[in-house]
Amino acid sequence: MRLKSQTRRKSMDVLLKVIAFLSSLIGVFFLGWILLVIIRQGAAAINWDFFTKLPAPPGGEGGGLGNAILGTLYMTLLAAAVGVPLGMLTGVYLSEYGRDTRFGALTRFTINVMMGIPSIIMGLFIYTIMVVTVGHFSGYAGGFSLALLILPIVARTTEDMLTLVPHSLRESALALGAPRWKVTLGIVFRAAKNGLITGVLLAVARISGETAPLLFTALNSPYWPDTLGQPTANLTVTIFNYAMSPYQNWQTAAWGASLLITAAVLSTTILARLILRGKKA
Amino acid sequence: MMETTAEALRKIHEESETTANFTSYPAGRSKISVRDLDFFYGEHQALFNNHLEIAPQKVTAIIGPSGCGKSTHIRVYNRVFQLYRDQYATGEVYLDGENILKPSTDIIELRRKIGMIFQKPTPFPMSVYDNVAYGLKLHYRLSRSELEDRVEHALRAAALWDEVKDVLSKPGTALSGGQQQRLCLARAVAVEPEVLLMDEPTSAVDPVGTAKIEELVETLKADYTIVIVTHNMQQAARVSDFTAFFFKGKIIEFGETEQIFTNPKNKQTEDYITGRFG
Repeated sequence: MRLKSQTRRKSMDVLLKVIAFLSSLIGVFFLGWILLVIIRQGAAAINWDFFTKLPAPPGGEGGGLGNAILGTLYMTLLAAAVGVPLGMLTGVYLSEYGRDTRFGALTRFTINVMMGIPSIIMGLFIYTIMVVTVGHFSGYAGGFSLALLILPIVARTTEDMLTLVPHSLRESALALGAPRWKVTLGIVFRAAKNGLITGVLLAVARISGETAPLLFTALNSPYWPDTLGQPTANLTVTIFNYAMSPYQNWQTAAWGASLLITAAVLSTTILARLILRGKKA
Repeated sequence: MMETTAEALRKIHEESETTANFTSYPAGRSKISVRDLDFFYGEHQALFNNHLEIAPQKVTAIIGPSGCGKSTHIRVYNRVFQLYRDQYATGEVYLDGENILKPSTDIIELRRKIGMIFQKPTPFPMSVYDNVAYGLKLHYRLSRSELEDRVEHALRAAALWDEVKDVLSKPGTALSGGQQQRLCLARAVAVEPEVLLMDEPTSAVDPVGTAKIEELVETLKADYTIVIVTHNMQQAARVSDFTAFFFKGKIIEFGETEQIFTNPKNKQTEDYITGRFG
């Protein structure tokens, strides 16, 4: 028997390592570039007024995106308030009660499909049931279309995180005489706490940057979002509108909004990572 | 096999005449009587026609090769198998004369009476103190000071108090493996059960920890009826009063530990004990 060539094996090893390294380098390079551009262009727009004032007229001076920041916050909160509990309970069902049932399998499949549906379609759906019916755009519609996006993500992460909790932990709580609901809420949830918080944070970060579902629902507005019953200002649609406008001050504001969203998503993600790391310590 | 069982039981229940006869009920003063127990994992049958008498305030060891149904058998006693949809048991398991397999059994009360220690230590994701207090709070209405007393009492019973009294607020998972297992033991005895099931309690514990747990078994049997599953025959010989030998889901031989280990009646038991298989 002849041995296989050692050199060939070793050179393939090196080759694969180099290709993998270069690929990740290219990825990081573009990410860095995007961040650099956003920071350079956006920094100019960021000042106190940016957070506290209404937008300036096209071509005007000063002003800010206070209304859009607040609107995005409100709608994200509404989406989280509706979508997170629903999603979590769905995840609880999938992991704790319906794990091997037909209905569980159907739900799991639906959740996976929902995660894959383009966000603009969620927007259109809400448009037909919450905008067409009342005759005008509203922040509520915006919030609910975001809730539809957050629900499957939270359901999925909740299921994944709860499934990671070993059965032996459930068994020992049950063996002590704990009723099932206490095992789920008191033991399983606690064991999966960090993962669940991380999942929710990442889901919120994900929807806070969505534009498409807001286009047909919240639309946009130059006013303060005193009520979500009306078209509601928000950062992403503002970026969309302002970036395409010919006015210098609006374009700058769009960059500012981009920087703000990016920074918010980035810090949320980092926070999520830190929480997850805390679990291992 | 029947005769062996009967003899063994006769020795501890001299005055009882009914224990000799397996088919008649009630069976003397057995804490737990298992009758005609079959167990299924879906299509797969794991236990066949198990009969067993667990004597009160004694240690009964269940030995046998891996996969022979030892754990499956004791997991019927507290019905913890019900967590899984496709597992079910048929037959009868009497705890003090009550068939716990009947649907009307109060499963929470059953599990308060029958505590369980698992193969791997399973501290809850909370402090040492809260681990022990968890079960107490489930079953009893206690003032804060009563709770503290009971937690201390349970930790002392598990010979863990001196080691953890200064770290009660630390997470239970921060303890060593052997300490974690004794924490689980404390958690189980805190609710004052009558029976303690131990499913290979020392298989994930180092020799020093194992010795401590075995010592505990010795002390605890004054207050509790203990059933211990073990694949360690020396352990069974050291700690138990009675031994049941399981093989392929059947109880091959049951009797006093000394008899099983010195003078097994069954060829399979002998082969297993002398290390010819398993």
